[in-house]
Amino acid sequence: MEFFKYTRPFNFMGKSKLTLTLSILMLVTSLVVLMTKGLNYGVDFAGGTIVQVKYTADAPIDEMREKLKSNELFDGASITKFGSADEVVIRMKSATSSITVDIGDVTREALVGTGEYEIRRVDIVGPKVGNELKEKGIMSLVLATIGILIYVAFRFEWRFAVASILALVHDIIIALGAIALVGLDVNLDVLAALLTLLGYSLNDTIIIFDRIRENVTDSKNTELSEVINESVTRTLARTTLTSLTTFFVVFMLFMFGGEIIHAFAFTLLVGVIVGTYSSIFVASPMLLWFGFDIKAYHVKLADKTKREAEKEKMREQFESGMI
Amino acid sequence: MQESMRMKLNYRTVIFVIAIVFGLFFSAPSLLQLKDGKKITLGLDLQGGLHLLLGVKTEEATKSRIKSIAASIKHFTTREDILVDFLTFDESSITFTLLDGDDVKRVKNYLKDTTGITIDVNAESFLLELTPEEVIRTQKQAVDQAIETIRNRLDQFGLAEPEVARQGDEKILVQLAGIKTQEDEQRARELISRAAKLELMAVDENRAARVQNMSHADAAAYGDIILDDVKNPAIKYLVREIPILDGGMLTDASMGFDQNNRPLINFKLNAEGAEIFGDFTGKNVGKRLAVVLDGKVYSAPNINERIGGGSGQISGSYTVEEAKDLAIALRSGALLAPIYVMEKRSVGPSLGADSIEASMMALIGGFVIVVLFMMLYYRAAGVVANIALIANLFIILAVMSLFGATLTLPGMAGIVLTVGMAVDANVIITERIRELLLEGKSIHKAIEEGYANAMRAILDANITTLIAAVVLYAYGTGAIKGFAITISIGILASMLTAILGTHGIYQLLEARIHRSKNNKFWFGIRESK
Repeated sequence: MEFFKYTRPFNFMGKSKLTLTLSILMLVTSLVVLMTKGLNYGVDFAGGTIVQVKYTADAPIDEMREKLKSNELFDGASITKFGSADEVVIRMKSATSSITVDIGDVTREALVGTGEYEIRRVDIVGPKVGNELKEKGIMSLVLATIGILIYVAFRFEWRFAVASILALVHDIIIALGAIALVGLDVNLDVLAALLTLLGYSLNDTIIIFDRIRENVTDSKNTELSEVINESVTRTLARTTLTSLTTFFVVFMLFMFGGEIIHAFAFTLLVGVIVGTYSSIFVASPMLLWFGFDIKAYHVKLADKTKREAEKEKMREQFESGMI
Repeated sequence: MQESMRMKLNYRTVIFVIAIVFGLFFSAPSLLQLKDGKKITLGLDLQGGLHLLLGVKTEEATKSRIKSIAASIKHFTTREDILVDFLTFDESSITFTLLDGDDVKRVKNYLKDTTGITIDVNAESFLLELTPEEVIRTQKQAVDQAIETIRNRLDQFGLAEPEVARQGDEKILVQLAGIKTQEDEQRARELISRAAKLELMAVDENRAARVQNMSHADAAAYGDIILDDVKNPAIKYLVREIPILDGGMLTDASMGFDQNNRPLINFKLNAEGAEIFGDFTGKNVGKRLAVVLDGKVYSAPNINERIGGGSGQISGSYTVEEAKDLAIALRSGALLAPIYVMEKRSVGPSLGADSIEASMMALIGGFVIVVLFMMLYYRAAGVVANIALIANLFIILAVMSLFGATLTLPGMAGIVLTVGMAVDANVIITERIRELLLEGKSIHKAIEEGYANAMRAILDANITTLIAAVVLYAYGTGAIKGFAITISIGILASMLTAILGTHGIYQLLEARIHRSKNNKFWFGIRESK
C-alpha cells in the first residue's frame, strides 16, 4: 500500500504564508485563553488535597456538598464526577500536616451517612512541596529545551536549532492553550506529556531537517525553497505514518487508559497533531525566513573539508618527518 | 532445501536472536509470576499503597538540646549551692546571671566540658549559644535518627518491603506498598509518627490534691508540670518536671498480658536505669510513680516496695494491636524531633487494579492496531517491523526485571507510547528502501543504502528524545520517573531491535527477496521498472 506516490514535490513553501497565518492565529488564541482563563494547576503544583471516592451507587453529590460545609478545611472544595456516575473527586485547597489524622480522614468522617463508599485515593501536597515541584517542572522544561538546542546546533547548524526550538515553543504554547481551554488539571503527568511532546515533535522535525541537510549537501539545486519542498515531500509518507501509529496508541490511552491518565493522553493527542503540523509548516519555512543560504553552506562545507585535508597532510608530513 | 541453504547467517541476526532470548528469559519471571528470578515491582499507584514525604521539625531538636544544657546547669548549680538569678533560654541561647562573682570561675570550669557552645561572660552574666556547626550537627542527627527509628519500626510492622529513605537535607521518603486496608494504613501512620518518649516521673504528693485548681504557671513555680490522663483528659496529675529516668535507658519492650488477660507492655531498663529506678522506688515507698508516654500519663501506681531488677509495666486499656505497635515504637526508640507530612499519596488496591486493567487495555488496543496497520501497509516488511516491536516489548520488560525497576502507571503509558514510536525507525528505513527500489536499485543496494541513509536521522531523533527523558528522570518525582525509565529503555532497545535486528533479517532473506522479484509482497509497492 502506498498513500503517497512520489511524482513531483508538493509546493509546501508556497503555502507558507497561509500556514504562518494559521499558526499565528492558533498562538494568539492560545495565549488569550492562557491569559484570560489561565491554567488550572492541580494539587501537584498548587498544593492542596484530592480525595477520590467511589460509591456503590450513584454518588450523591449534593448531599456530599452539604456534609462538607461542616468544616472550614473544606472551604472552596469542589466535587466533580470522575469517569463514571458512582465515582467522584473532591478537590480542596487546604493540606494538613498531621500524620495520624489528615484531611483524608476528616473527609471520610464527614461523608458518613451519604451512602456506602470507599476512599480510593488521597493525595495531599503541602505548599512547600507544591512550589518545589513547580520549580522543578519549569526547570526540566527549560533544561530539556537547552539540551536539545545544543545537540541540534552541534549536529546541524544554528538556524536549524533555532527553527526547531521555535517550532517546539509553538507546539507547547498551543498544547497549553488547549489544556487551558478544556480546563484540565495541570499536574505532573501533564508535564511528562509536554516533555514527551517535546521529544516527539522534535523527532518529526529532525527527520525532515536530516533530509534537507542531505539534499542541501548533495543536490546541485541552490534554491532553498525547492530543496525544502523536495525534502518535505520525500519524508511525507514517513511523517504521516509515524504520526498515525503514535496517534492510534495515544488515542487508545485516551479512550481506555482510565480517568487518571486522561490529562496525559489529551495533552499528547493535541501534541501529536500540532507537532506533525509544525514540523512541516513551521520549522521548515523558518529556515527560509532565517535566510539559510545553500551556496554559503557549500562554501563552508568545502572549507571544512579543505581544512581537514590540510590537517591530515600536515600530520602525515609531521609523522614521516619524525620517522 | 536449496533456498534455505542460501540464507546467509550474519552477526546482526545472531545478536538479534541473543537479544530475543535475553528478553524472553528475563521477562519470564515477571510475566509468568515465577517464584524465582528478578521481577518488576509494581509502583504504589498500581498495587496500592502509601507514599509519604515527611518533614522533620529540626528546630525542635536544637530546642531540646538547649533545654538539656539548661537542665544540666540547673542541676550543677543546685548541687554546688551556687545562686543563679533568672536562668532563661530560647531556641538557640541560654542566659543567666550569678549573684556571687566568685562563682564565675567554677561555672566556667564546669561549662568547659559542654561541647558545641560558645560562652560569652560579661561580669556575672552568662550568654551561651549553640555554635552554627552544633546546630547543623544536631539537626542532621535528628533527621538521621528519625530515618533510623522509622525504618526500625516499619521493619517490625510486617509489611513486605517498607522503604525509608532520606530525600534532600531534611526530608524523609516513606513508601509502603501492599497496604490493603484503611485500618492498616492508619496503624502504619500512627506507628511512624509516634514520638514514643517514655518518662517515669514522680508525682508531687505534697500538692497533688490541689492540681485541679492549679494553672500551668502555678505548677511551674513549684518545679512541677501538669499532665493529662491518657484515656480521660479530665483527670490531671501533678508531677515533678525533671523525670526520674526516660526511654533512653530502655533496653527492651514487649507485649504481655496482665492477670485479667488484658494486654500490657513489659519493659526492661539498662543497668544505670535499673539502679536509678531501684534507688528512687526504695526512697519513695507509699508515693505514686507516673508512667508517662508522649506527655500523657498511662498509669500512676503506688510504690509498695523497692523495685529492683529494672523491669516494669505500662498498663492501659489498649487492644492487642495497639499494645504490639506501642512495644515496637518503644523498642525502636523515641523520635528526637517531631515529624510532619509534606506530601502524602495513598492509593487503594482496587484503584491500582483498575489502573492496571485500563492501561493493559490501551496497550493491547494500541499494539493490535499498530501491528495490523504495519502489515497492511508494508506487507512482509511490516511483519519484520512487528517482530522487532514484539522483541522490543520483551526487552523492556527484561531490562526492568533485571534492575528490579518499578513499573508505574505513567510507566505503562511510556510502554504504550513506545509501541507507537518504536515502529518509527522501521517506517523510516522501509520508506528509504522503497524509494531506492523505485529508483531501480538492486535489492542488495536498496537495503544497504536504505539503512545507511536512515541511520543518521534515526540516531538524531532518538538522542533528542533521550535528552528529554533523562531530564524528566532527573527532575521528575515518584511515578513520573517510571515514565522516563520505560521510554528510555524503549528507545535504547529499539536501536537494537528496529535497526540492527531488522537489518539482520533482511540480510538473511536477501537472496530470497532478490529471486522472488516480488516487491509488492516484500515491501508493499508496485514493481520496479
